[in-house]
Amino acid sequence: MNLSWMAWTLPTAIFFITILLLLCGMAIWEYASPGGNPRVGVLRFETTRGDRLFLSLLGSAFIHLAWLGLVGPNLWWALALSVVYAIGVFRYV
Amino acid sequence: MEKTWNNKAWFLVLPVLVLVAFSAVIPLMTVVNYSVQDTFGNNVFFWAGTEWFEELLHSDRFWEAMLRNLVFSFIILAIEVPLGIFIALNMPKKGWAVPVCLVLMALPLLIPWNVVGTIWQVFGRNDIGLFGYYVNALGINYNYVQDPIDAWVTVIIMDVWHWTSLVVLLCYAGLVSIPDAFYQAAKIDGASRWAVFRYIQLPKMQRVLLIAVLLRFMDSFMIYTEPFVVTGGGPGNSTTFLSIDLVKTALGQFDLGPAAAMSLVYFLIILLLSWVFYTVMTNYDAER
Amino acid sequence: MGGANERATRQDRSGTTVSDGLASTMSQDEVARLMRRRGEESRWWWIVPTVYIVVLLLPIYWLINMSFKTNSEIVSSLTLYPHAPTIGNYVTIFTDPSWYKGYINSIIYVVMNTVISIAVALPAAYAFSRYRFLGDKHLFFWLLTNRMAPPAVFALPFFQLYSAFGLIDTHIAVALAHCLFNVPLAVWILEGFMSGVPKEIDETAYIDGYSFPRFFLRIFMPLIASGIGVACFFCFMFSWVELLIARTLTTTAAKPIAAIMTRTVSASGLDWGVLAAAGVLTILPGALVIWFVRNYIAKGFALGRV
Repeated sequence: MNLSWMAWTLPTAIFFITILLLLCGMAIWEYASPGGNPRVGVLRFETTRGDRLFLSLLGSAFIHLAWLGLVGPNLWWALALSVVYAIGVFRYV
Repeated sequence: MEKTWNNKAWFLVLPVLVLVAFSAVIPLMTVVNYSVQDTFGNNVFFWAGTEWFEELLHSDRFWEAMLRNLVFSFIILAIEVPLGIFIALNMPKKGWAVPVCLVLMALPLLIPWNVVGTIWQVFGRNDIGLFGYYVNALGINYNYVQDPIDAWVTVIIMDVWHWTSLVVLLCYAGLVSIPDAFYQAAKIDGASRWAVFRYIQLPKMQRVLLIAVLLRFMDSFMIYTEPFVVTGGGPGNSTTFLSIDLVKTALGQFDLGPAAAMSLVYFLIILLLSWVFYTVMTNYDAER
Repeated sequence: MGGANERATRQDRSGTTVSDGLASTMSQDEVARLMRRRGEESRWWWIVPTVYIVVLLLPIYWLINMSFKTNSEIVSSLTLYPHAPTIGNYVTIFTDPSWYKGYINSIIYVVMNTVISIAVALPAAYAFSRYRFLGDKHLFFWLLTNRMAPPAVFALPFFQLYSAFGLIDTHIAVALAHCLFNVPLAVWILEGFMSGVPKEIDETAYIDGYSFPRFFLRIFMPLIASGIGVACFFCFMFSWVELLIARTLTTTAAKPIAAIMTRTVSASGLDWGVLAAAGVLTILPGALVIWFVRNYIAKGFALGRV
């Protein structure tokens, strides 16, 4: 099968492999300690660690976009900010 | 119902997973790949980095389409939700009229979207359309083909015509679950019409109203077919909403990179809205 | 749904006791007077629904009206009913292959899509309604996002995907592409209906020695037959009304009626009568089935969550 139309590149491949590994990691974590560690955080409703991962990823995407639109094309700072945000989400949400 | 924990249930979900992965994950991956590259056709791609995203985020065209779409969504919500509640409150509660009302009101919901567009394209024309003809006969100069405001009015009236019934049906579903005894008690207490609405009917409708608002917002945020058929995004760009703009870029000009970048930003917004929708609904169900 | 009924009756009972308590503090006359006033108030209940329904039906009437007119009558003057009724427009559609092929194409891919969607959604909905499993809630959410995703986002990658598989301009391509939003919809609707079937039925059947497939086909499916009907209807409907993806993935051989209609619109020298007749014919399937699904319309549009 010819996959050239999908136009894979190394960076996007790394991106999707990272997501896949994150999902696998979450599955293993869930298997090791089932239940997803539900708790009520700053959003005032119950979230599990799956929700927190989703919020981290989605928020990171918006942080990157905002950085591109408002600051400039150097995304390493946006990445650093996203990591801080993700830690915040896992800690407080 | 108490559910048992059983990971073998994954085998039952597998067909859905495979099918939806094929029709959702592969295309989305492709969109991500395209969004960072440039092409001159023939599946030859060049690395472009974040160029398309920068271009998109600094392009007036995108933000204008976004703004138009948001304004449109808020206008139709502001009309459809109160109107829908009002009509639902006046629906008959029992008897032969109930099914008749339900069926007739639901009719616009089941009309193919492009036919909805065709109906209003014809209905609003000032030469052969009933609406356009009589509005002009009243002395109001109305021509949706040339005047941007008239085009907006047409698209909004069309959407109200098309989707208010959904709000009505959802609210009605919430209302009929209120037992008659509640109303009798309120009557005997001498509660005003407003008090009945505020303290009995509105709380009962809260959940369905949330569903209605979120559904209407999301559907209007990705509206394509109806305005495309009626106005084609015009006159000028005045009714070019996000989806129409995206299709122009993606399929009209076949600009893969910019279209993919726009798709991703669009999709991220929808993802956020879907999450709000899902969270609201599951938390509501959990509280009950 | 069983749960919902139970809840409703419980509320009913408590509601009655409340009103009884209140009523006993008032004289019978007062209650009767209040009841009478209530009856007076509701004498005009029909005005709002009637006005609304008339407004809804007016544009549809106009389309039907136009479909029975000749083109010269449509263009020359505005007539409120066809002065020279003709079925010529319908005859054109049923005799011209470029028109009626559109209906056949639409029906083929819509039926394919409905069958595929329901077939894969049935076991998945059973799993969601009966079991908890690793990542079930996230999977459910992911399905929802596909229902909510704008078709415009998927039009371009779908075109590339199905081109790569050589499926452009085939019915199966459109049928598979529409699964994107119909499979989640079917799963959600069916899950709602299945949750209404008590779990004891499953357990009794397994004790009686039924295997899972036999139980599912012989006992469970008849129990949720109405749910399957409703899910079929909504899959049919949402595939039937979709234009963008269907138009993108077809060129000639599998072109749906919706795309043929828009093509006619953009061409010069419009044949309004035929266009109106084509529109009326696309409304028919929904209008014919609507009576049977009238109580489930809100449920279907709200993804089975009402």
